[in-house]
Order: sequence, then C-alpha cells, then structure tokens
Amino acid sequence: MTGTATLAPALSGLAVKEKVSREDWIMRGILLAIALFLTVSILLPLYFLMSKGFQDKDGTFTGLANFTEFFSTPALFYSIQNSLVITLWTSGIVLILAFTFAYGLTRSCMPFKSLFKGIALVPILMPSLLPAISLVYFFGKQGVITSWLFGYEIYGPIGIVMGEIIYVFPHAMTIMLIAMAMSDARLYEASEALGASKLKTFFTVTLPGMRYGLVSAFFVTFTLVITDFGVPKVLGGKYNVLATDVYKQVVGRQDFEMGAVVSMVLLVPAVLAFFADRLVQRKQVAMLSTRAVPYVPKPSRGFDMAMLGFCGLVGFIILAILGMAFFASFVKFWPYDLTLGLKNYQFDLMDGGGWASYFNSIELASWTAVVGTVMIFIGAYLVEKSNGFQAGRSAMQFLCIMPMAVPGLVLGLAYIFFFNHPDNPLGFLYHTMPILVICTVTHFYTVAHLTAVTALKQMDPEFESVSASLKVPFYKTFRRVTVPVCVPAILDISMYLFVNAMTTVSAVVFLYSPDTTLASVAVLNMDDAGDTAPAAAMGMMIVITAAGVRLIHSLLTRSLARRTQAWRKR
Amino acid sequence: MADNGAYLKVENLTKKFGDFTALKNISLEVFEGEFVCFLGPSGCGKTTLLRAIAGLDIQTFGRIEQAGRDISGLPPSERDFGIVFQSYALFPNLTVNRNVAYGLENRKTPKPEIAAKVTELLLLVGMPEQGDKYPAQLSGGQQQRVALARALATSPGLLLLDEPLSALDAKVRARLRHEIKDLQLKLGVTTIMVTHDQEEALTMADRIVVMNEGVIEQVGTPEDIYSRPKSPFVADFVGTMNFLAGTANGKGRVKLDGIELAANGNTDDGGAAPGEAITICIRPEDVVTRGVTRDTDNAVPAVVDNLEFLGSFYRISLHTQGPDRTGFRADFSINLMRDLDISEGRDVVVSFPADLIRIYGEAFIHSDETV
Amino acid sequence: MRSKFLKQLAAITAGGLLVLGLGASGAQAKTDLLVYTAIEADELAKFKKAFEGDYPDVNIKWVRDSTGIMTSKLMAEKNNPKADIVWGLAATSLMKLSNEGYFQGYAPKGIEKLGKLYYDQKNNPPQWVGQRAWIASVCFNTVEAGKYKLPLPTSWADLTKPVYKGHVIMPNPNSSGTGFLDVSSWMQLMGEDNAWKFMDALHVNISRYTHSGSAPCKLAASGEVPVGISFAYRGAKSKSGGAPIEVIAPSEGVGWDLESFAIVKNTKNLAAARMLADWSVSAKAMKIYNEEYAVVAMPGIAKPVKNFPPGILEKMIQNDFAWAAKNQDRILNKWRDKYDAKSDPKK
Repeated sequence: MTGTATLAPALSGLAVKEKVSREDWIMRGILLAIALFLTVSILLPLYFLMSKGFQDKDGTFTGLANFTEFFSTPALFYSIQNSLVITLWTSGIVLILAFTFAYGLTRSCMPFKSLFKGIALVPILMPSLLPAISLVYFFGKQGVITSWLFGYEIYGPIGIVMGEIIYVFPHAMTIMLIAMAMSDARLYEASEALGASKLKTFFTVTLPGMRYGLVSAFFVTFTLVITDFGVPKVLGGKYNVLATDVYKQVVGRQDFEMGAVVSMVLLVPAVLAFFADRLVQRKQVAMLSTRAVPYVPKPSRGFDMAMLGFCGLVGFIILAILGMAFFASFVKFWPYDLTLGLKNYQFDLMDGGGWASYFNSIELASWTAVVGTVMIFIGAYLVEKSNGFQAGRSAMQFLCIMPMAVPGLVLGLAYIFFFNHPDNPLGFLYHTMPILVICTVTHFYTVAHLTAVTALKQMDPEFESVSASLKVPFYKTFRRVTVPVCVPAILDISMYLFVNAMTTVSAVVFLYSPDTTLASVAVLNMDDAGDTAPAAAMGMMIVITAAGVRLIHSLLTRSLARRTQAWRKR
Repeated sequence: MADNGAYLKVENLTKKFGDFTALKNISLEVFEGEFVCFLGPSGCGKTTLLRAIAGLDIQTFGRIEQAGRDISGLPPSERDFGIVFQSYALFPNLTVNRNVAYGLENRKTPKPEIAAKVTELLLLVGMPEQGDKYPAQLSGGQQQRVALARALATSPGLLLLDEPLSALDAKVRARLRHEIKDLQLKLGVTTIMVTHDQEEALTMADRIVVMNEGVIEQVGTPEDIYSRPKSPFVADFVGTMNFLAGTANGKGRVKLDGIELAANGNTDDGGAAPGEAITICIRPEDVVTRGVTRDTDNAVPAVVDNLEFLGSFYRISLHTQGPDRTGFRADFSINLMRDLDISEGRDVVVSFPADLIRIYGEAFIHSDETV
Repeated sequence: MRSKFLKQLAAITAGGLLVLGLGASGAQAKTDLLVYTAIEADELAKFKKAFEGDYPDVNIKWVRDSTGIMTSKLMAEKNNPKADIVWGLAATSLMKLSNEGYFQGYAPKGIEKLGKLYYDQKNNPPQWVGQRAWIASVCFNTVEAGKYKLPLPTSWADLTKPVYKGHVIMPNPNSSGTGFLDVSSWMQLMGEDNAWKFMDALHVNISRYTHSGSAPCKLAASGEVPVGISFAYRGAKSKSGGAPIEVIAPSEGVGWDLESFAIVKNTKNLAAARMLADWSVSAKAMKIYNEEYAVVAMPGIAKPVKNFPPGILEKMIQNDFAWAAKNQDRILNKWRDKYDAKSDPKK
C-alpha cells in the first residue's frame, strides 16, 4: 500500500465507501423480508384488483368500460348515495353521543367512570353483525319494542344507522377521550379568570381544543361505516349500500370485474378519509408537544347528575344490545317458545361450518396474534432503529401505513385476484389457514405498527449506538432490552390482533374454505339462511372469547408489570 | 505518509446531509492519552464529527485512521471505542451491574472475571455497592457514572463523550468534571469530549478544538485558546472580549478614538495600511486602572457608564472621552472598586496593556454578550 | 425467567411457521374429494357419514352455498375448476354448466333402476344424474296471520291480494335455486308475459328478497314475516320442529327441480368421484334421500314424508328443464333489472 493510494479518495473527493456490517446485512435482510411480505400481501393484490377493474371476464383490457357500466347502472349508483346518507347520519349522531360521553368521563365528577369506559368499549368485542342481529330482536316484526319505531321498519336505513352507531361508538369515543385528556387546564383557568360563562368557555375553549379530535373521529367513523358490511347485510332489507354491493357482485353473482369496480369506488372515500386523518393527526401531535396542564374537574351536582344520567343511558343501551343477543341465543324458538336451552349452540346442524368454525377462528386469531406481533414489532423496530438504507426504510414505512387505507372487503377481493391467479406460484396458499392469517395480519397491520412505533420512540435512540460500541450485536440488545422494555406494548398489539381476528368478517369472507370456515363468517351465513338465533349464539361465542382474552391480557399485563417492569418503580 | 505518532488522524473530512454541509474538509490529529474537547455553539458540527469518528454517521468524504488502521468506512461495531451520551442511554431494565457488564458478557468473559471487573469499575467511578439498583433509582450524576463505567468496561482505545454533563445541575457538573478528568489521567485513555460549555472545555481538556459552522477555527491548549484566540469567533466564544472599532497606524500601532496605542505581537490585521479600519480586542479583565495616569503607556481616558455587580467582581461599562465615545467593558475587583471609589459618571483613566491587545483585520460585528 | 419466555415464544413462532408451511402443502393418506353442493347444511353431516361409512378411503370436503351462488361460483372457476364433483345442485344449473363443457359423462352402477325423467337423456353416458326433487311450497305462520287477520292463501294468485302487503317474503332467484324454480314455474304455468305481470303485483307485497331459499320459511316460522315462499322440505322440517306454520302447495301447481350430480371434467380424483356417483344412485342413498324428501329418482322407494303438504306430488308441474336452462340468464337479468336494481331509490 502506498501513500498516494491511501490519500487518493480524500483528494479526489470520492465518497467514502461505507462498509456494511454483518449485522446491518441481517437488519436489511429482515427488513426486506417483511417489506416483501407486505408487497405480496397488499401491494400486488391491490395491483391485480385495480387491473381487474379495467378488464372483461376473459382478461382483455377494456379501459373504462366497466366503470361506464357501473355509473350507468342506476341501482349501483343509488348505492353510493345510500352509503353516503347512512355514513353521514351515523357520523353525525355518533359524534354527538361520543363527545357527550367522553365529556362526562373527563369533565364531570360523576361516579363509576371506569365502569362506563369499560362498557363503552364492549362493542369492540363484537362482530358488527351482532348488534344488528340484536336490533332485530328489539325492533324486528317480533321484536320486544317494535312499536317504538312508530311503524317504521328496522330493515332499512333506520336499522343500519342504529347498528352502525353501536358498532363505531367505542372507536369515536376513544378518540374523543384522548383529545379531551390532552386539553390544557390553564386555558380554562384563564377563561374563568376573565369571567367567561360556562357556555362561553365551552364554545371558546373546549370545542376549539377538540377540533382535531372531532375531525379525526369523524374520519374514522366515516371510514368504518362506509366500508362495513355486517350491519347492512343483516338490516339492509331492500336498501343497498356500496359494501353490500361488493359482496353481492362477488359472492352473489361471481362477477369479479364489477366487484373490482365497486370496491375501487369504495376505496376512494376510504383513502381520502385516511389522508385527511393523517393530516389532522399530525397537527394534533404538534398540539400535544406543548406543555399542557391536565384539567381536573370540580364537582357540580347538577352537571354531574346529568352526565351520569346520559352515560348511564348509553351504557344501558350497549349492555341491553349485548344482553338481548345473549338471551336470544338461548331461547328455544323465538317468539313462540321462550324456554331456554342450548339448541342454538348446535352449530353443526347449520350453515357456516359448525363448531369447527369457532375453533378455526381461535386458531386464526392465535396465529394472527403470534405471527403478527412478532413480525409487526420486528418490522417497526427495524424501520425505527436500523442504520442507513434510507430508501428501504422509507418504502417500508409506506408499506406499513398502507393497509389502513384499504377496506377489508377490498383487501379480501384483491386476494382472490392475486392468489387465485392460475400463474401465481403462491396459489397453493389459496383456501388455506395461512392465507387467512396473512390477510388478517395485513388488514390490521397499521394500527399495530403505530403502537409499536410509539413504544419504540419512547426508548433512548442511543441504545443501539451503545451496543455497537460494546460490540454487542443488535439482536442481543433487541432481546435483552428492547423487547422487555416494550412488553406492555407487545401485549397490547397481540390482544388487538387477536380480538380483531375473532370479529372481522370483511376481508376473510372472500377467503375462507370448507376447511377454514370462521365463526364471524358463520354468523353471517347463519343469518343469511334465516337462522338468526344460532347466528346470535355464534356471535356470543365470539364476544365471550374476545372478552376472555381481554381479561387474560389485563391480568397478564398486571402480573408481568409486577415481575418484569420492577425497574419502572423508583 | 510520515507517521508522527498521532493515535487518531482525521483527514479532509466532509459530511453532507442532503444539501447541507455539516463538516467542511476537517483535518485533525489526536495523540495517545490525550483529552481533547470539541467546543462550539450548537450546530457547529462537533457532534457530527464525533459521530463520524464513532462510525455512527459516516462521513461523505475523507479518511479516519485510528491506531494506524483505516477505519473510514467501518461500522461502529468494528471500531474500538466506548461512548457516553448526554442521555446516559442506560438500559432501564437491567441493573447497574448488568449494565456495566453488558459488553463483557458478550465477549464470553468468565463470570467471576466479569463480576470482579464490574466491582472494580464501579469503585473507580465512585459507585461501590450500588450494583443491584436499577437506573431509574439513581440520580442523574450517578447514572452518568454508570454510563462511564459501562463505556470503560471493555477497555476501549478511545473514549467518546457526547455532552456528558449537559443534563446535570451546576454543582454535580462541576464535581464530575474533575472526576472524569482524574479518571482519564489515571487510565490514560485517549478521550474526545463534545461540549458547548467553554468552562468545561477549559478545565478538562489537554487541547481544545474550537469549531464553527462545520470548520475548525482553532486547535490549541486551553491557555492558547483563551489568550491567543486566532479568530474573532474564538475570541468571542471563549471568555468575554471587547471588540473595539479602530484604525491601523503603522506597524504595531493602532488608533482608538484618536488615541494611539501600541500593540505588541498578537496582531492579525492582514497587513492593514495606516488609516484602514481594524478591530481592537481586549478582555475586560485585562483592562488596568490601578496606578494608571494619563502618562502611562496605552492610557485611555474614559467615563464610567454603569456598574454591574457579579459577586466576586464588578463588570464596568465605560466609554472613551474622544469624539467616537467608544464603549467597552472592564472587570474590576471589589477591593479595587473600594480603593479607587469608582462610581457611575466618574472619569477614570485605564490602560490596555500592549501585549494583551489583539488586532483583527476585518471589522468584526460584535454580538453583545456572548454565552 | 424472561429469556426463557422469549425462547419459548421464538420456538412457538418458528414451529408455527413450519406448520403453516406444511399445512399449506397438505399431507393426508385419504383421498380428499372436493364436493360442491347446494344441499341444506343440516343434512350434509348425515350424507358424509353414510358415504364414508361405505367408502372409508374417501374424505368428503363440502363447499356449500345457495344454488345461484354455487352456479355462479362454478361458472367463475370455469377455466380453473376446483371441484371434483358437483353434488346436490339443481339440474337446471347442471344443464347450463354441461353446455359449457364442464362435466364428463359417467353412467353410475345401477343407473338403469332410475326413472328416465331423472337423468340426462341427451348424452350417453349421461353428464348429470338426478337424486331427488325439491318442491316449492309456501310457509304460512298461523299465529301471526291471526294477529294481522290474514286469510290462508291457497293459490299463487292469492299472494298478490292487498291484504298481504309487506307480509310476503321470497328468495332472490339470482342467488337461490328455490327462487328461480318459483319464477321458472310461474312462467311455465302462466306464460311469460302473465308471469311478469304476476310478479309485478307480487313485488308490491314482498317485504324483501332473501339470499337463501330456506330463509323465507325460517323467517315465517319465527313470525318475522308471516308468509314465506320457500320449499316443502324446509316447511315440513320447521313444522315438525314446532313452528306454528302451515305448509301450502298453491293450487295452480308448484315448481320443482332435481338435486343432481355431475363429475367435473379433468378431476384429479376421478375414482373417488365415481365412487360417490355410484353410491348416490344406490337404494341405500335413495332411502336416505326419502327421509326428508318425498320424491326420489328411483321409483318404488319413496314413502310419504311427515308434514309435506297433502297432494303436493299431483301439483308438481311438467317441468321443462331444457327451457329453464336455456332461458335462465335472460330471465334472471330481467328480474334483477325490474326488482333488485330498483330497490327503494328514493329513500
């Protein structure tokens, strides 16, 4: 080696060639593997779906012909209108209810707050079909309080809106709760000091402070409702919406091309709402970083009682919905023989795949929780903590966020096109449990990813630098430090995945096979076949399982916190 | 290349973040056993340089050599250094013992040996018997000691300290300064510390590297940097300095508000011709008044504007009595103030000792009150 | 402690991935026979058990859905068929698929004992073979009828009377085979134009169209909608189960179709498919068919079934399957445009 040779790079200004360590290669390898997974599990299927919309049945490119057909079919066009009507009504009502409920929880001194919060979250444990079925028992022709509808029918827009409200209430309420918890007490003190009335304070401090929460809740509600098909499937009657149209086109008519077109139409509002929400979220984060003082409510008898009354009513309705489904599932022959029995739990005599469906669902949920948590957490870790490789990490970040913008129905349909394509080497996955796991992990990837990222961001960014300086490979630090510190978040992610895998219908309804029928789909199919009570029974099995897992999760979190998180205490 | 015995050689280092150039063609040598401080305001590139040396953010161009080995492109894991961060970056779920042992455990060192080493290190940093605590149970100063012990555990050839004391309160900081310095002397480990605190740099470093906007302004001993700042920036950043507008007046002579002053040696006026604008610098503590009369060399008659009590001394604002009324500051001890009965509005005569005056060529725009 | 937990987690994950991989490729000794069917779910287990008892080497895997959906599904898979055999699907549908070249002919052992009406006479060996007939019927909830003061309907025409407005429910013929055989029978009984007029009138009284053919009877049984247009088996079953319903065979005549089977061309499990075919025409199978259905393909076997409407066999129309198969798509599209497409645009 000569002196001139070693000097050459510096003098000629050649960029330094970074030596990529073995560890970096491992990191990049895993990152690429997960990125590849997401490419296969969302990007390519969506591409196939999109291209299908521009093809005829034989796969010839036809340009916009399918879209022209769609928009010239009045029935399908009305579905857009119907979907918007349902969605806007639901969003409007849910926002008011959720706002008031969250207001009661954060701004009043009423008793039983944590109980009410727990009750408000109950609908998360149900497939959206279940509140709809329960409404049939309340307001159907043989319902217990049918007359309360003043002669209107539950099958139609009224029923759909009622069902959707219950389905999305916990989601909207959670967002409101977070937004309210963030507000700054100092603003209220200032307002009080300036002699503003309660009402004026509400309009000048409370509402403006909540605007991002409100907007975010609106978008979340909007997306959930416009893409949900459980409720309109049960309560739609002759009232068609976009989500049921996709199902009808694909399952009912096996017209995949038209299904692709409808789902692309469905994708538009979902994607728009997604981006709008991201925008708003970013602003909200900016607000959060200011040093706010949390608001502590003062007792006020009249107000507290009013809030207790309201939250009590909402809580009662949610419990009534659940209780009715529970009761109806044991009734022998509604409404003529109200003796109780387990007849409706003999799933093997019905459509939907019998008890096997239930166990398949548990299998799916367990796999989704285990595989999903491992993959999502490692993926988030690598996106956050790996060195260099900027392009790969940015691409990965995009892939991780993308699933949130894709409604389940669209994802499921896209899977048919992609995995059932005769030339796809991955075709062997079609109609298997793994494809259901892949689909479900992908469907719920984003929220779990963001949870992991939040937990990882709270860790010192220099852990990896320190480890490198100590010559400890990243995976050892990951195992010895990162994972133990993030145990609470990891448990949250796995529970989120488990519960959603139990309750989801939208994507998997296109993908199950005779060997892999699922409980949530069985609810749908049993209801379809007129077996309403068994559908309620299967729905209850899902709720009980999800609630059980939630309980185990909270016990586990508590005991793990005691054992492994001792270091958090001072 | 001739080997001049430098332990760490940085040659023509440039680091770009997109369009922004954080380091511009930096060259530097650090000798074995030396304690070097990178000093500069935030954003000057000192941390970037440290991270380049560690391999955490590898430079865009340029070469780094450590102990005769080209490490320019190597990942951190293939370099030889220990590092301590401002945030300590202690692993929160591991006890102090496990934290310190972290690097050793990976080297398949036998367990008893690890235990012995950990005990020794904790003793060394003044934290015996604290090994079973978790980081959250320690104070900031204690955590920093643990971080130091952890960085030293693997006996690295180079110790890198990234603003290690910035998060601590003043008293702890002052104590730790000495402890770290003593430890470094005892172990003889080559050390680079990044800091924005001049006092820290002056008390701890063998040599200081003053940086500004991605370039090195001056490298030298604390004494050098303080007394012979090579640029107005260094003069301004380290210590307090009067920057006074004057004119050149032939070799070794300048004019301030009509008064001719002698300026020995420390001239960097770029050969300004007589009458050209220059900047005359004098530190407030170098301004003399006891026993000064109008006949003293470099005597400057002035008027007292303002007194500022700073505990052990007064900082006095004055202005010259000529037409320019050039303002400057002087630090006078308490007993001097008492003896001479200096108060606002009084006329005083001060002297700028000729060998303590520094002349810079450009008209330096002085931002009042530096850090 | 913790690291043990993590090790286990890692082991579970690794093992899981392996199982997922293996599960996908599948490894079983028995022959899996993928059977597409539209037979009611509550009968499937019985048939599977009976057949596998006789042929222990074959494992039936059911894919069940309503007739219309099963037909669409088969059509959609035309270029890449998944099923080995289609079993218990309407003859009308099988004829339509047969015209697409979907099946391979096979004369099951003992086919000569079946009535000539009940299997494919156009091809030899036959492409499809009938098993039993399912027959349209109306389920009428007597309790609810009392509440709303509804008279017992005896004919199709009765159902268009204003008194039944909002009280009638029927399956969507696009998804349900029962729905289609109703529409097809009305056309054959009344002539096409009159049948459309009849359906226009009926549409006014219909509360909604269901996805499955048995749902209307189940909903009638539970009182959700008092009058359900469905089929005899479901009505009889509900009545036997204690539902307060009358099962009615309207006087004009009732539509029916044959649950039939056909072996898919290019199936990889031809031997197993033929075993099921042979078994399906056996006297033993016919007796099982007869447990729930009154009309089976082998003459001399059928015994009356409990709670079937009296005289229903005489009311079965002279069904022209070929006509139905030929006109099915046209009729269904027209039906969709008239009644499905225009569902409540103004609400």
